[in-house]
Amino acid sequence: MDLELSPRYLEFRDECRTWLHANRPAEPPASMDSAAGFEEHRLWERTLFEGGWSVPAWPSAYGGRDCDLIEWLIYEEEYWLSGVPGRVSANGVSLLAPTIFNFGTQAQQDYFLPRMASGEQIWAQGWSEPEAGSDLAGIKTNAVRDGDDYVINGQKTWCSRGKYADWIFCIVRTDPTAERHAGLSYLLVPADAPGMTRRTIKRLDQESGFAEIFFDDCRVSADNVLGEPGQGWAVAMAAAGSERGLSLRSPGRFMAAAERLRELATASAATAGAATGTAGAAIGTAGAAIGTADAATGTADAATGTAGAAIGTAGAATGTAVNETGSGLDLRLRDEVVDAWIRAEAYRWQTYFVAAELMAGGDLGSEASLMKVFWSEMDLELHATALRLLGDDAEVPSDWLDGYVFALGGPIYAGTNEIQRNIIAERVLGLPRR
Amino acid sequence: MHFAFTDEHDMFRDTVREIFANQCRAEAIRESWDSADGRVRGLWATLAEVGVLAITAPTEAGGLGMDEVALVRVLEEAGYGGVPEPLVEHVAVAVPALAAAGAADLLNAAVSGESTCTVALATGGPNVVAPVAADLVVAEHSGSLLAVDSGALTVVPKDSIDQSRRLAEISFDPEAATLLAGADVALASDRAALGTAAQCVGVARRLLDITVEYVKERRQFGKPVGSYQAVKHHLANVRLGIEFSAPLVYRAAWSVAHCDDAVVRGRDVSMAKATASDAVDRACRAALQCHGAIAYTFEYDLQIWLKRGWSLSGAYGSASVHRDRVAGALGLSD
Repeated sequence: MDLELSPRYLEFRDECRTWLHANRPAEPPASMDSAAGFEEHRLWERTLFEGGWSVPAWPSAYGGRDCDLIEWLIYEEEYWLSGVPGRVSANGVSLLAPTIFNFGTQAQQDYFLPRMASGEQIWAQGWSEPEAGSDLAGIKTNAVRDGDDYVINGQKTWCSRGKYADWIFCIVRTDPTAERHAGLSYLLVPADAPGMTRRTIKRLDQESGFAEIFFDDCRVSADNVLGEPGQGWAVAMAAAGSERGLSLRSPGRFMAAAERLRELATASAATAGAATGTAGAAIGTAGAAIGTADAATGTADAATGTAGAAIGTAGAATGTAVNETGSGLDLRLRDEVVDAWIRAEAYRWQTYFVAAELMAGGDLGSEASLMKVFWSEMDLELHATALRLLGDDAEVPSDWLDGYVFALGGPIYAGTNEIQRNIIAERVLGLPRR
Repeated sequence: MHFAFTDEHDMFRDTVREIFANQCRAEAIRESWDSADGRVRGLWATLAEVGVLAITAPTEAGGLGMDEVALVRVLEEAGYGGVPEPLVEHVAVAVPALAAAGAADLLNAAVSGESTCTVALATGGPNVVAPVAADLVVAEHSGSLLAVDSGALTVVPKDSIDQSRRLAEISFDPEAATLLAGADVALASDRAALGTAAQCVGVARRLLDITVEYVKERRQFGKPVGSYQAVKHHLANVRLGIEFSAPLVYRAAWSVAHCDDAVVRGRDVSMAKATASDAVDRACRAALQCHGAIAYTFEYDLQIWLKRGWSLSGAYGSASVHRDRVAGALGLSD
């Protein structure tokens, strides 16, 4: 065990940090779930690509820099700490790309990967359907082979960024006679394919982040099947591992968020401390006033006047003390902040532990479900704490509120946490399915 | 950066796991409850023989010269095994303190297993573990550590819900004790919390294993209770608690062994203990609930680990005490 970063990694961290700070956009782009913001984010993808930082863990032949897992984790830490825009290409880079590397033909790799790396092609995921959410194997959208093409009919929904994406990666039923998990294929569909209609669904935050996609005799080349026809489930589950585990949500973003939460708490403590200080000083003034009043009437006994003055002094002293230590932070909230920070560290070290196993040739199986539950609930708690710290202003739009609304989706997407807990119980602990 | 145990660590872990599985079975633990000193016959000698008592002692003193990283791996197993010996006190705290003070004779006796040590630290509160079984107490006094011979102690025993924890309040004449110059109180306290955190993780793992086996077998409404989602989710939560506390314990072990900054070291240890205490508390609750009435009996062996969990969760600082310390390190308290 060695938890120091070697000089090579430290140099890498420096290089990464320097580049991100030098290239951070002056103004944050609009939401990636708006038409304009999507294109602004595409420009950021282009900037990252030109600097060699869009897909650092990929081979250099496809625009990466051959980073190992540790370098990638360092990159992610620096990325989220630096406050640069989020990744509009995350669906492609984090979920589809590992699948293309595993199952893609040489031609598919050579065509799709460089275009994904540069932001020329941005991907959305077309898995869920109105009748198939957690029960993904229940999908009905079908694709029928016709010469060199497949003809798709059906409907996908809840496709994040699906309205603006250039390509959609779908799971479709290619063998209508097969049951459930069998007879599915993984199909890559260009958004301009004839017969595809996309309609936005406004999310909770009123952004048009979701799309529902309708296929009416939508025709795509059979070359766009990823993996073997009929093997869609196995191919999809390989991507689901990436989605649930570290490739979608590295520790870096939560460490950065926990640090910002700590700063928010320190600032609120100072404000609350100052308010208490003011209140203390006010008690002081009032106390002193009582003392003065008593002395002025000349009829009150001197002791009351003295006591009033003493309360005045004590009140003022309390005001000053609270002001200096900033202990205006509610203890329960303080513990929530501490927990957020501890959880981010726990996720970080658990990830490094898993990374060492992966680098030694292990693989991330059902463990990914443990990670997914942990990061999604950590993210939600962390943002809920931030809103409690903001108090009256929690409902007023802010980055924290945006983050909270975003985090609310975490326990739902990539397989609900209820399903993940079933997976943990059945595949990690070995409990009976029925 | 390589966050993994070595083959040597794993081999040592396997060795002690086997020893505990053979020599510290539930029947042996129950027998120890009826003895005067609360110990498992012959176990201490075996632990001395394989070097468990000497893990952290320098090689010149007959020790293995390994660090806290190796140690937490073994202490986790001690938790898993329900071992009723004062292992954390002896191996994690007393031995390094005696070594730091250059107390050669006392160290030799401790490393060879000839003596058993326990500790009395402010962070452990008034209840000292196993002073009756111990020959030597490493005791905090006025910011220093003293070595106190058990013959010089006044011992007032106290009951614990855990029959394996023979508690007592002790007093002694500091003038009659030996000052362990060079041994650091803060470091000793961190080691006690770290070692206990490792045991908490081991206890939680055992509670989970016992419960998983039980719910696979126990049938109600015609199927195993472990097939019900409510039970599954309880146990998935226990697994989550273990999954995300163990790495903090290993990371803290590294900090204790290698970090010179006492604030960072203390923060890492406290993150580990707070999280491990929470994890074992959750494991206790879920294990009892998923078993049902059988776990509420004295006869069923789950109680060994339930009670160990309850007591170790609070030992050398509860989760809230350690959260408070993390808050300090993060600049969130006075």
